[in-house]
Amino acid sequence: MKLITHNMLTSKCMKGVTVGYPLKIQAVDVKTSEVDFNPEFISRLIPKVDWNVLCEAAESVGFLDDLPRELIENYENDVDFLKKAHRVLLEVDIINGELVCPETGRKFPINNGIPNMLLNEDEV
Amino acid sequence: MSRPEHLAPPEIFYNEDEAKKYTQNSRIIDIQVQMSERAIELLLLPEDTPCFLLDIGCGSGLSGSVLEDQGHYWTGLDISKAMLDVAQEREVEGDLLLSDMGQGCPFRAGTFDGAISISALQWLCNADKTSHKPVQRLYKFFSSLYACMSRSARAVFQFYPENGDQMELVTTQAMKAGFYGGMVIDYPHSTKAKKIFLVLMTGGCVVHNYP
Repeated sequence: MKLITHNMLTSKCMKGVTVGYPLKIQAVDVKTSEVDFNPEFISRLIPKVDWNVLCEAAESVGFLDDLPRELIENYENDVDFLKKAHRVLLEVDIINGELVCPETGRKFPINNGIPNMLLNEDEV
Repeated sequence: MSRPEHLAPPEIFYNEDEAKKYTQNSRIIDIQVQMSERAIELLLLPEDTPCFLLDIGCGSGLSGSVLEDQGHYWTGLDISKAMLDVAQEREVEGDLLLSDMGQGCPFRAGTFDGAISISALQWLCNADKTSHKPVQRLYKFFSSLYACMSRSARAVFQFYPENGDQMELVTTQAMKAGFYGGMVIDYPHSTKAKKIFLVLMTGGCVVHNYP
C-alpha cells in the first residue's frame, strides 16, 4: 500500500463509523520502489491530499525525510518539492502490517502489500 | 455456458486456477484489454492529463495496465485474493485493495477523477449469502462511489446483465445514488460480440455524443 492510497482510504463503510479517517498505520515491512516521476500528476493530486495526514503517515513509517510539513505556495513550479512529494506518495510501499480504524480500533491487516478491507457480516 | 456468478461467489470462483487464465489465455487477455480501452474512451478524460482513477473489480490488473499505458494512475479493488496476487506478481503500478464492492468504496470524498469496471458489476446482482440483499448492496456501492468521485467525473462499467430486469435493477440503484447516465451497447446486432457499458456521471453538462 502506497501512501497515496492511505491518504484517501477510510473505514467509513463499517457500521457505526462516521469518518473513519485517518487510519493509523502499524507497519512491519516497508520498502521503496522507483516510480516514474510525473510532475503534472503530482501537482494535480496535491489539492486532494490531506497534507498533515501524509506527513504523519510518512513519519510513522520512517520516510518523512526532508518533506516540508507545511504545503508551500506555488508548489506546481517547484520541481524539487514535487519530487519529494512524489517519493512519499508513490514510492513508499507498506508490504506488511496493519491499518487501525481511529473510531473502533478495528484492525485491517496488510499482507503482500494489499490491505484487507473486507468486513464481517455484522460490521456492515 | 452457465453464468459464473451462478456457480460460486466471486472470491471462490476466481481461485488460483481461474486467475492463471488471466495471465496465460491470450484470448481472455485480448478481450479484457479491448473492453478496458473502450471503457477508458467512454470516460472522456481531459486529453493528455494524467488522472487518478479507481478500477472496481481490478482482478489481475489487465485493465490497470491499459490505464498505465495511457499515462494514468490507479487504485484497484477486488474481492478475490488470488486475482490480486496475480496482479502483484505482474508488478502493476496501481495500488491494490482486497475489498467487496457491495460493502462500499472506502475512500474520502472527491478522491477519483473517474472509475472503470470490467466484467464485475453483474456479480453484485447475486445474493451469495443469506445476508446479501442485492438492492441494498448495489445502493451502498453506488452511493459510496458517487461520494468518492470528483465533480463531473464518470464511471464506466462493462458488464454482463443477465436480462432486462437486471439492467433495470442496476440503473435504478445508480440513479437513486445520484448518478445520471445510460447504457452504451456496442455491436448490438451480434449476441457474441455485443458489449454493454453503463456510463454514469456525477455532474457537469450532459453529453449525448459518446465516442
